[in-house]
Amino acid sequence: MRQLRTLLQNLFAGDKQADRVVPPSGFTAQLTLFAAAAMAFLAVFALALSLASGRLATRWGDELARTSTIRIVAPDGQRATQTEAALRVLQTTAGVQSARALTDDEQQALLTPWFGGNISLDDLPVPRLIEVIEAENGFDAAGLRLRLSAEVPAAFLDDHTRWRAPLVQAANRLRLLGWVAIVLIAAAVAAIITLAANAALSANAQVIAVLRLVGATDHYIADAFIRRFTIRAFLGATTGMIAGLLAVLLLPSAADEAGFLTGLGFQGASWLVPLLIPILAAGVALIATRFAARKALEALR
Amino acid sequence: MIELENVAYSYGGGELLSDVSVKLAPGSFYFLTGPSGAGKTTLLKLCYGALLPTAGHVRLFDNDVRGLNRDDIAMVRRKVGVVHQDVQFLDHLPVADNVALPLTVSGRHAEAAGPDLGELLSWVGLTNRAHALPPELSGGERQRAALARAVIMSPDVVLADEPTGNVDWEMSQRLLRLLLELNKMGKTVLIATHDLSLIRAAKSEVQARVLRISNRRVQLAGADL
Repeated sequence: MRQLRTLLQNLFAGDKQADRVVPPSGFTAQLTLFAAAAMAFLAVFALALSLASGRLATRWGDELARTSTIRIVAPDGQRATQTEAALRVLQTTAGVQSARALTDDEQQALLTPWFGGNISLDDLPVPRLIEVIEAENGFDAAGLRLRLSAEVPAAFLDDHTRWRAPLVQAANRLRLLGWVAIVLIAAAVAAIITLAANAALSANAQVIAVLRLVGATDHYIADAFIRRFTIRAFLGATTGMIAGLLAVLLLPSAADEAGFLTGLGFQGASWLVPLLIPILAAGVALIATRFAARKALEALR
Repeated sequence: MIELENVAYSYGGGELLSDVSVKLAPGSFYFLTGPSGAGKTTLLKLCYGALLPTAGHVRLFDNDVRGLNRDDIAMVRRKVGVVHQDVQFLDHLPVADNVALPLTVSGRHAEAAGPDLGELLSWVGLTNRAHALPPELSGGERQRAALARAVIMSPDVVLADEPTGNVDWEMSQRLLRLLLELNKMGKTVLIATHDLSLIRAAKSEVQARVLRISNRRVQLAGADL
């Protein structure tokens, strides 16, 4: 902890004289800034994808887990009777919080995306749907099925288990993919910065020789490079993060009709999460440059 | 201080130095001479830990160099001022900053910008070149700046490798006078050179010991110089 504090103090308080001993190097500076900015920009989207998938998985998991549907598949004359019978059964079923039959308008709204708005339910053999909301502890689906088959033979219970699990799994996989992308981006930043640091160290072999001649320790020499690359990565990543957040802001807002993709973004406190990206980039740059500097200084003995 | 005991150094399959024993006494003035390629620079580098011997022992301030890590070597170099023939500077920094570099890397920033730096630049005659960049300096100015840098930490020993190799006679005499002044201040001075006229000029002013590298060995030269 003490070492970390010293490291951060050295990093941010800096040593202006020490910083000057390494000559400014235009190419590697631009490369590091650009790479950090580009990767931070991508990281914002990966983060948005991951957080949005997480929200989706939670929503699907929670909402669908607490609702079920009963289909009443009966001839026109018996549909109302069977519906009422099913509702009576549900009223006396433990674990059912509420149950109601969907209205004609609601059922028509469900069919509109496939058949258009000008259809009449009377022309189609559409079953009546009953929405069942479960109580906290849920109900016994197998027991309810048995009761319905005995008392309301036209009723079929669908507790969404069949299609809820793959959807939640897909959303979770998408979330995992987002995190994998973030890890890969961090690894790419580390690789680019290691290459840039190696190039800078090689280009400055003469400077290192002079510094050693006058009594500079490897720690001092390494710190001069580490500070430079860490600060560049931080500044580049901050720029990329701001650009990424602006791009996410400019995405169309979420709407029920638009589906999942327009929900890609941040909500509430999650807007603060991207602020970690520049810190992460600086941390990655610090470790990568330290690694590169140690190896290079060992080789330049 | 600096002691080499039965030191050998091999490079590229050939032995460059063999069975070399030298002990630098405090406050003494030495010349190291020998033909080009005899191993003068190598011997100097062994004296400040830039090279490790392939056999024998090098003791720097009572520590065997093999037992020192790179940070320990860095600390040793703060006690040993080195002037190279091919003077190395940080070309992007002005002369004053280059001269103050040993203080800077030691964290002594206040001294690096203090009055001693001005006095030192005045001593080597570079006051009016303090803000020039190293590539703008003449050969003599570079050597004097290197000498100022070598002594800014007030080292116990000053090692100079062909310090007059790239300068004219007048400038070489000026540099020699500066090195003699350092010796009078109590510093141990070792100058590697093949310029016998420089040695003769010095011997008229100081009790200098001349070490000659011959056939990979170092021996004390006689009065024939």
